[in-house]
Amino acid sequence: MLLIAFYILSSVVVLSALFVIAARNPVHSVLWLICAFFTSAGLLVLIGAEFLAMLLVVVYVGAVAVLFLFVVMMLDVDFVELKQGFLSYLPAGALLGLALLAEIAVVAVAASSRAPSGTFDPKPGAQTNAEALSKVIYTDNLLLFQMAGVVLLIAMIGAIVLTLRSRPHVRRQSAAQQTTRRREDAVELIDVKPGQGL
Amino acid sequence: MDLLTDFHSAAPEVLLALFGVGGVLFGAIAGDRSSGVVRLASALALVAASVLSFGRMGAAEEAFNGLYLSTPFASLAKAVAYAMAAVALAMSGASVRGTGLERYEFSLLTVFASLGAGIMLSANDLMALYMGIETLSLSSYVLAAFARDNLRSAEAGLKYFVLGALASGLLLYGASLIYGFAGGTRFDVIAAADPSVGLIFGLVLLLTGLAFKASAAPFHIWTPDVYEGAPTPVVSFFATAPKIAAVALMAGVLFRAFGPHQASWQSVVAILSAMSMLIGAFGALRQNSLKRILAYSSISNVGFALIAIAAGPEAGAPAVLVYMSLYVIATLGLFAGLLGLRRKGQALDQVSDLNGLLKHKPGIALGLMTLIFSVAGIPPAVGFWGKVQVFEAALRTDLLWLVLVGALASVVSLGYYLRLVWAMMMKPAGEALDSSDFGTGLVVTATALLSFPALTILIGRVLELAAQASVG
Repeated sequence: MLLIAFYILSSVVVLSALFVIAARNPVHSVLWLICAFFTSAGLLVLIGAEFLAMLLVVVYVGAVAVLFLFVVMMLDVDFVELKQGFLSYLPAGALLGLALLAEIAVVAVAASSRAPSGTFDPKPGAQTNAEALSKVIYTDNLLLFQMAGVVLLIAMIGAIVLTLRSRPHVRRQSAAQQTTRRREDAVELIDVKPGQGL
Repeated sequence: MDLLTDFHSAAPEVLLALFGVGGVLFGAIAGDRSSGVVRLASALALVAASVLSFGRMGAAEEAFNGLYLSTPFASLAKAVAYAMAAVALAMSGASVRGTGLERYEFSLLTVFASLGAGIMLSANDLMALYMGIETLSLSSYVLAAFARDNLRSAEAGLKYFVLGALASGLLLYGASLIYGFAGGTRFDVIAAADPSVGLIFGLVLLLTGLAFKASAAPFHIWTPDVYEGAPTPVVSFFATAPKIAAVALMAGVLFRAFGPHQASWQSVVAILSAMSMLIGAFGALRQNSLKRILAYSSISNVGFALIAIAAGPEAGAPAVLVYMSLYVIATLGLFAGLLGLRRKGQALDQVSDLNGLLKHKPGIALGLMTLIFSVAGIPPAVGFWGKVQVFEAALRTDLLWLVLVGALASVVSLGYYLRLVWAMMMKPAGEALDSSDFGTGLVVTATALLSFPALTILIGRVLELAAQASVG
């Protein structure tokens, strides 16, 4: 049963990955990409990593893919023109792809020739794999996690320091001023006589 | 409770991190009017961190699940680095007034950079090492470009960033190879691993990244441009705290993680050292900009410190600490002079701007000459004892050729050091200088008095302290 689910999900992943690069319409490409993300999340559930599966859906489908969609829709990229050199680049690209495939094959052969060093445990030493993961991130490697936070804070400070300029004559919205505005201050009725300006 | 003991062991860094985060909140509310207060508070926090690390020199303490290890060696280096950062920050107060640098982020980025230096010095794991280096580097890139309306400063920031990112990449690639061949990122795991080609390959790449951060030749190319372009208060920080941190880090990593593999890195470090000394000495001869001369001088001095690293843990560790501490103290004084001396509101830039300084400001000129003697290693200034320590360490490990190269580089570098002294003493005086502010004058006087005679008299105590820090 598990095996059948695995083959169905993995063939859908491979096919949708193929459609990502084959689709004519870039929006369709992004939608196929979302499909690939969803099915890989299913694969993660199959090996018992339900927390990672959830993260994949939340982060990749929820944020990254939608961002891609926005980029594709906002930027005026001529994809037909981009695909023009496809055939001339095909030999070099195919060669590169074959080299990568050969590398994967070498690793796979090496891995399968060795006896497995133990059974796979998706949640070592914990009840759920969210717990196991958080133990590694927040307890074992607390220092690294906090320092990563400091690095991101510095990046934010740096971006603001180097780009934010305070301009003195910018018109800003003032909520207080807006709400205290009365009809009498803003509207004035003038009886304009015909043939005369104001 | 476990976390509290971790925090206690890493108290200097925890203090700096908390201060930095709190300072960001305070600054965001109080605005740029608070920059003076934040600068003062940051300097005080750095002084407190320096005192705390000095107090941790007694024994090695492990924390954060073995990611952090405050060895006596690292604690002493951190104490010096934090103190240098504090003084560099405090003395920049008067000179940044009205230059657009007067923003509270300036002080906070210095604090964060020092935090990164502290973490990388206390790292006991390649990942913690990288986080520390990245914290230090990222703050440094922003600081280099801090005068964003100045084209040179922006150029310095960009150059530093691009080359620094490349160095970080090499370092990470090396770290990944080491992880793969040693089977772990912990320093003790690496030390226990069997030597293999992959491990040595990773070690060389890691060394490349570290040499870039310490500006050792042939990875020094960014140094003169960044020193020249970045604002002087920033450079006076770059040339002191991160410099001693980077060199001490190199020593710490090589001695602790790669101690058993000394035969594989000794010749690499020796070549880095010889190249740095020669390039630093010959490169400065044709320079006219004071900051570029100081940049080449720092390259050459890092080369001398690398001699001690090449000599290995027993002989080299105390010599590295003594040499770098004496060097950064003298350099801090020289930069204080650069910050404080102004002619018609313009900072001095060329060697010829120093002409006749002895007539205009005899006190400062005498102080600067003492400091130059100390950096050059001319007796009776205390820098001479640093060089003696380094050469002695090299002779004890049969690195005679390196000592000869070092002696040659010393003689060549006298050419430009004495040129500065000559300009101050003998050249006809130029226009009068502005009156310098109290802070930088105080730093010049204090560091000059430390270089001669205070530390020369106390050199025995300094050597004892360094030897004590290098045990274990």
